[in-house]
Amino acid sequence: MMHGFANPTRFLKLARWLTPLLLCSGLGIVGAALAYSLLAAPAERLQGETVRILFIHVPSAWLGMMGWMAIAAASLTELVWRHPLANLAARAAAVPGAFFTALCLVTGSLWGRPAWGTWWVWDGRLTSMLVLLFLYFGYIALAGAVERDGGSSRIAAIFGLIGVVNIPIIHYSVLWWNSLHQPPSITMGNSAMAPEFLWPLLAATLGFSLLFGGIVLARMRMLLADIQAEARLRRKAMEA
Amino acid sequence: MREALNQWDFVLAAYAIGIIGTLALAGWSWLAMRRAEARRDRIRKQR
Repeated sequence: MMHGFANPTRFLKLARWLTPLLLCSGLGIVGAALAYSLLAAPAERLQGETVRILFIHVPSAWLGMMGWMAIAAASLTELVWRHPLANLAARAAAVPGAFFTALCLVTGSLWGRPAWGTWWVWDGRLTSMLVLLFLYFGYIALAGAVERDGGSSRIAAIFGLIGVVNIPIIHYSVLWWNSLHQPPSITMGNSAMAPEFLWPLLAATLGFSLLFGGIVLARMRMLLADIQAEARLRRKAMEA
Repeated sequence: MREALNQWDFVLAAYAIGIIGTLALAGWSWLAMRRAEARRDRIRKQR
């Protein structure tokens, strides 16, 4: 199945209807979940009104990490199976991944000031998330330089694979080290959250994930169109 | 002494940054895709 979508024409046939569908459904679900969390959800007993920030902060943290997992999976696919679209998928996931990582850090800081009394602490969770943002910047710069100077895209793919080491560090940081950050509230099949917070949080996470998928597909289509245009121009120049 | 912070200021700032940033990223990605595909189609049509 994977090699079936190695054909750009087949990929475009799928992506043409999937891109607007993901973007529109994502916007609708995110809009409904955030409207509920802002206007209808109750204040939490300990956190007060700031609990509403978590409906943006938690999906952002999830997508920041999933974005790098997508880069690593696409990099592995490129290195092992030489899938022609894998490099595009990795590059397309980098900018939205960096955006959601930055959004996670900013919203976390906005939550931390009234809840912890500080904008920032150098603990394991916050620092490893900041390292993830710097990894994204490094990947974007490296992939851009490879594209511009005509180097091998395998360099960026190897960087994408090495960077994945940071993901379990982020996840387990609150368990390994003393941290102001609370341990995970949602684990496989279990939740420490009340239903009036859990369901809108899951809806917001689904909505942001659909949006992320739509943005990645749109960016893949942009990168593919640029490559096809440049290839056509080169062919014309050689024929002239 | 604990300073009095209005929690809603922090909530509204987080929502403004999150919503405006996400809409800007989605819109920018969509427009960049449309522009790149239009350019490719224009080059293909040129003889």
